[in-house]
Amino acid sequence: MLKIKKGGVHPHDEKKSTEGKNIENLPVPSKLFIPLRQHIGEPAVPVVQAGDEVKKGQMIAESPDGRGTPVHSSTSGKVTEIGNYMHPVYGLSPCIVIESDGQDEWQDNLLTERNYENINVPELIDIIFKNGIVGMGGAAFPTHIKLSPPKDKNIDTLIVNGAECEPYLTSDYRMMIEFPDEIIKGTLIVMKILNVNKCYLGIEHNKPEAIRLMTEKCKGTPIQVAELETRYPQGAEKMMIKVITEREVPSGKLPMDVGCVVQNVGTLKAVADAVEKNIPLIERVVTVAGNTVKDPKNLMVRLGSTFKDMFEYCGGFSGKNGKIIMGGPMMGMAQVSLDSIAIKATSGIVAIAEGDVDYQPEKACIRCGRCVEACTMGLRPNVLSILSEKGQHQTAQTDYDLMDCVECGCCYYVCPSRRNIVHYIRQSKAKNAMLRAASKTGSK
Amino acid sequence: MDPKDSKVNQAPEKLIVTSSPHVHDTESVTKIMWIVNLTLLPAAIFSVINFGLPALITMLICIIGSVAFEAAIQYWRKVEITVKDGSAVLTGLLLAMCLPANIPWYIPLVGAFAAIAIAKHTMGGLGHNIFNPAHIGRAFVMASYPVAMTTWAVSRIGSKGDFSGAMGSISSLDMVTAATPLGILKQQGYQALVDSFGSQAAMYKALLIGNRGGSLGETSAVLLILGGLVLIAKKYIKWQVPVVMIGTVGLLTWILGGKEGLFTGDPILHMISGGLIIGAFFMATDMVTTPITTKGQIIFAVGCGVITTFIRLYGGYPEGVCYSILLMNALTPLIDRFVYPKKFGSLPEPATRR
Repeated sequence: MLKIKKGGVHPHDEKKSTEGKNIENLPVPSKLFIPLRQHIGEPAVPVVQAGDEVKKGQMIAESPDGRGTPVHSSTSGKVTEIGNYMHPVYGLSPCIVIESDGQDEWQDNLLTERNYENINVPELIDIIFKNGIVGMGGAAFPTHIKLSPPKDKNIDTLIVNGAECEPYLTSDYRMMIEFPDEIIKGTLIVMKILNVNKCYLGIEHNKPEAIRLMTEKCKGTPIQVAELETRYPQGAEKMMIKVITEREVPSGKLPMDVGCVVQNVGTLKAVADAVEKNIPLIERVVTVAGNTVKDPKNLMVRLGSTFKDMFEYCGGFSGKNGKIIMGGPMMGMAQVSLDSIAIKATSGIVAIAEGDVDYQPEKACIRCGRCVEACTMGLRPNVLSILSEKGQHQTAQTDYDLMDCVECGCCYYVCPSRRNIVHYIRQSKAKNAMLRAASKTGSK
Repeated sequence: MDPKDSKVNQAPEKLIVTSSPHVHDTESVTKIMWIVNLTLLPAAIFSVINFGLPALITMLICIIGSVAFEAAIQYWRKVEITVKDGSAVLTGLLLAMCLPANIPWYIPLVGAFAAIAIAKHTMGGLGHNIFNPAHIGRAFVMASYPVAMTTWAVSRIGSKGDFSGAMGSISSLDMVTAATPLGILKQQGYQALVDSFGSQAAMYKALLIGNRGGSLGETSAVLLILGGLVLIAKKYIKWQVPVVMIGTVGLLTWILGGKEGLFTGDPILHMISGGLIIGAFFMATDMVTTPITTKGQIIFAVGCGVITTFIRLYGGYPEGVCYSILLMNALTPLIDRFVYPKKFGSLPEPATRR
């Protein structure tokens, strides 16, 4: 079993409530709010107008420069407006609102059976781009860009991320159990695109069923299942690469600089669907969990459904909510309202009861060193938080490696003084970014 | 849901929005402080059995004094009064453990004031102090009341701790009732010390169990080690610190401590006597005033061990744990400046790719 050599934490995984249940389909809501920005990069540009009839899988917004991804309609119906609705990350953002006609009719020319072996690499990348595929682990980086590394990068290893180290989330696990063939197919497609012959599938050992099944299914393929110790933040790209290949992504560089590309299992299933069945990315598996949810489940959700739709399908709430989080509780984003919309990066939504919200006023750092020990990046979070508190954001960057922080949250998790170190670090990063922007405009 | 609502963002219930992460483990400063207090309790209770009511009174004056000074200062500074977090109680308890039992009542009070008001709150309170408050308190009263501070009570249990033979020759101090083993060692030599216990084995036994003279917390090595082991198991302190500090003292006293030449010292005597055990387990591991990395803490522990040995063997005082830790406290920021973890991504890529 492979493990993180330094740092990390092991929060209670809370996966029991959903890990044994089959993925259920969330009925298509009567209204879908499809955000134009579901990825890192520029928002997509709408190609439909209010009043247009659209079909399921039809492209409704495009990415003219290829640096974002197009967006597709999740069902058939009528575009009622393009207006601002609650995006789970960016707040009120432009969304295409589609009123479902209840027919859920596919657009023509989709659902064509294909075999990836007969398709050449540039065409495969084009298919991935046109079907709007992004990294579905949470970062939502456009997949076609990740799969087109510059020629001088010598990529030799593909790593498939099935670690799912965040508490509560079981969507990747359920996908490995229910769609192993699609995931393997997607992996082989990506291996063809990258022209690599080494591939590891990393799964944490609190998912023995997935390890057993995937090991069995991967027989006869070049994919090797790597059993990982259960430890947060093993699902972070850099940690995964380090644990499996013993390569360290240098500070400020990308995985491809050490010859690796990491893809989430959900992304690979979407790749397989796009390439072999010509289905664009219009739905994803979302874990709906938390201690106020009456009947926690994994749902196959049409993009553009609201959190309210999902929670309602899961029986509603048994008590008053304190927090609604998109993603896991370690790195997820607390939501302002239940009107937030499921996007391509929504791996789970977690509701935490009001009484269980762990909020305590922070105290001064007592220099216990637990954060330094927990930091997998080898930073000194205690110093970073104090520098931020004192407004010395530049010193944090020049002397204490501020920009190497991946914001995994281990430092806060262990801090006995409850200092929200990650928040301090984010503030420093933001302040420095503002300074940089200001100096740029100033010099012009 | 009427989508019109979402435009004006009328949430049906108010949600708490904070930056991630949203979960935390169960540790807190308060919990750590009270558990350290608890681990000191067995040794504290033993000292009351050993020295009787005066020990209890000294302890209570220290603790109540510390808590009262902290509350008063925080009230005066108009900041939150945090005496419930147990840190002032701990400072008071540790200070008491460094004092002789039958000391005049005002001395512990002065010590508590030095510890809390001077060492802790002039620096900004918990987490900001450079020096260990309890040791500052002890050093302060040691300098102010040297006679009272070296007037040791006689242990009430077991005749082995009754140093009747050794007492006469330290008659320059009027109020002497007993001497500490290290005091006898310093003034009369090793043989006199062994003689006062009867045999070497009896001496080790008395030192470990604690039925001998000394300050409250100097006496029962076994109970202090027990408390220390709990702290190690709870991961509040690193095992390396006490092991390295006590080991350094043992090694150096073995090499340099003997009268007949090198490598003739008695390391066991030095390792289990004086304030070394409580210092190594409870003071040199204080989170606030010691380096933040394990490597830094080991350097700190070596430094404490070296300074302790040198004070014991060549200095004017029989015991040097308190000063060694205070001196190393001063070096802590320097150690932290140069000893820190290796940053992820600073490794060169391995030559052979796996």
